[in-house]
Amino acid sequence: MAKIWVVLQLREGGQVPRISWEALAAGQKLAAALGGKAEAVLLGSGLDSVAGEVAKNDLGAVHVADHEALRGYTPGAYVGVLAPAIQAAKPDYVVFPHTYQSVDYVPRLAQSVDAGLITDATGFEQTGGELLWKRPVLGGKLQAKVRVKGEGVVFVSVQAGSFPADSVVKLGEEGESSVQALGGTDPVGADREILGYEEVGGDQVDLTKADVIVAVGRGVGGADKMGVVEDLAKALGAEIAASRPVIDNGWLPRDRQIGSSGQTVAPKLYLAAGISGAIQHLVGMKGSSVIVAINKDPGAPIFNVAHYGIVGDLHEVLPALTEAVKAAKG
Amino acid sequence: MRIAVCIKQVPNTEARLRVGRDGKWVEEEDLPFVINESDEYALEEGLALAEKTGGEVVVFSLGPDRVKEALRKTLALGATRAVHLNDPAFAGGDALATGRALAAALARENFDLVLTGSQSDDVRWGGTGSVIAGHLGWPHVWLVMGVELEEGGKSLKVTREMESGVNEISRVPVPAVLEIQAGINHPRYASLKGIMAAKKKEIAPASAADLGLDPGKVGAAGSRVEIVSVAFPDAGSGAQILEGDAKAAAAKLVEKLQKEARVL
Ligand SMILES: Cc1cc2nc3c(=O)[nH]c(=O)nc-3n(C[C@H](O)[C@H](O)[C@H](O)COP(=O)(O)OP(=O)(O)OC[C@H]3O[C@@H](n4cnc5c(N)ncnc54)[C@H](O)[C@@H]3O)c2cc1C
Ligand SMILES: Nc1ncnc2c1ncn2[C@@H]1O[C@H](COP(=O)(O)O)[C@@H](O)[C@H]1O
Repeated sequence: MAKIWVVLQLREGGQVPRISWEALAAGQKLAAALGGKAEAVLLGSGLDSVAGEVAKNDLGAVHVADHEALRGYTPGAYVGVLAPAIQAAKPDYVVFPHTYQSVDYVPRLAQSVDAGLITDATGFEQTGGELLWKRPVLGGKLQAKVRVKGEGVVFVSVQAGSFPADSVVKLGEEGESSVQALGGTDPVGADREILGYEEVGGDQVDLTKADVIVAVGRGVGGADKMGVVEDLAKALGAEIAASRPVIDNGWLPRDRQIGSSGQTVAPKLYLAAGISGAIQHLVGMKGSSVIVAINKDPGAPIFNVAHYGIVGDLHEVLPALTEAVKAAKG
Repeated sequence: MRIAVCIKQVPNTEARLRVGRDGKWVEEEDLPFVINESDEYALEEGLALAEKTGGEVVVFSLGPDRVKEALRKTLALGATRAVHLNDPAFAGGDALATGRALAAALARENFDLVLTGSQSDDVRWGGTGSVIAGHLGWPHVWLVMGVELEEGGKSLKVTREMESGVNEISRVPVPAVLEIQAGINHPRYASLKGIMAAKKKEIAPASAADLGLDPGKVGAAGSRVEIVSVAFPDAGSGAQILEGDAKAAAAKLVEKLQKEARVL
């Protein structure tokens, strides 16, 4: 029997976001593989109704840390609550959704309780009694399988979209998992004083409405080399978007960024030129109906999500494509 | 301010990668290596803060002999000296083991600030900086997009990137560990003068024994997590590649988009 905890990240208003349901699905799947039942852990303030909602699922327990000091997130308070609870209950695994918040505090928590730490896992497999976790490495070009050795708790954060949220096993009509207060201590003081939150530049350009997007990556080579991209976008009647390094380098404004810290789009056609296809970019565009990749490296991971690809120098391919599009449109 | 910056040397992922003979990692021979992207931004942030406050930057890196080249580059950019954690015992460490070793080296000196990148582009744990902070008992912030020294120099105003285009602004007491996100600044280029000056700057080696570390607590031996294999994604899951020169491939693509995908 394995003891598996899943720490759900909640929205400000106490709702459960999709990625937390996915983490719960991962925990249940892990419990099914190892024997035992997953248990949910909730941190926040005023959690009665969300605890009730989570308890409708097939879980060993729902542990609730309901405390004023947990109303907003700080790593000091989260580690202060979770470290002693983990040391007391000794779960074998603690599963987290892989989010910017969990990456902020989970490694620190791992250090404080000497946990094994596997971040950004996309799945696991059991081979000969051994559990292997899969995660992307080397810019997403390769997939690594990792194993855990030694004694003690293991933390795993699971990548968005890796475990389907709708595979969470629910209880029948009347069923309810037991809701318990998370044992022990009060949160310790926060180690950072939150001063506020600010919008990043505001999205002046709403790329989610575009039918066709021409997205450009670092491979374009500079702000002065964007002409071929603009020409193609014009011929296609497309919006121009970009990967993060293009924005970081100031070649395009921030509201053109696609990905985990930019916009999430799903146009009919997404044409990615000079973009390698890192996970943080893919989460922002992999829902597009048709994806075309143009890259000089045949091993670029963007070709794994693309429907059509051209291996070549974008400075040759894009002008040729512009001409072909113009000819086709007459 | 006395500032330490941790930099990692990683394979250039644009290079053609081959799985090594043991299947556990890529073949590193002949592979071009670069300074991890977010670490370049961490270095720039450190250099700029040191200039503003009249301090200095000391660079730390854990890795084999090849890492000296990366360290030399940071010295050319303006770091005063470097500490190279170079010991076979350090190899193959996970975030906890690598963080433990780096923290032991950092703890030998009195820094006001330790800067790291937010994530290494090869193993991508995203946690080494936070582990260092845990060992030092300092606060940390991951994914930092802004740092401002506050009046009196006892605290920093730190901007942390969150999802969905929102930033968290917080006050963080010094000393602290900040894990810098790419894009926070515009890294400088090395000048010829800097490159010449770097030749005379110190790169001090440090072994596990030098740091008083049990070799069983660092590197592969001290890690709970071990990579057992790496592989390219299954062939077949990929795109339909349109062959030919640029003109021929472009024509085929347009035809496919019109007739097959029907999006044009
Ligand atoms: C927390 C976090 C959040 C992030 N958020 C985002 C995000 O929101 N959006 C995002 O995009 N990234 C994000 N990133 C960065 C992401 O990890 C990658 O670094 C980034 O997406 C890479 O951008 P790129 O593909 O343009 O550059 P690279 O990875 O450098 O790839 C450039 C590509 O161009 C190709 N190329 C070069 N020259 C040519 C040429 N002449 N013709 C054709 N092809 C060429 C190369 O083969 C290569 O594949 C984030 C990272 C972190 C850690
Ligand atoms: N071997 C290393 N030497 C120096 N710094 C490192 C090393 N490994 C990781 N780091 C630092 O920790 C950050 C996060 O790395 P990681 O936890 O591997 O994603 C990197 O951006 C570096 O700043």
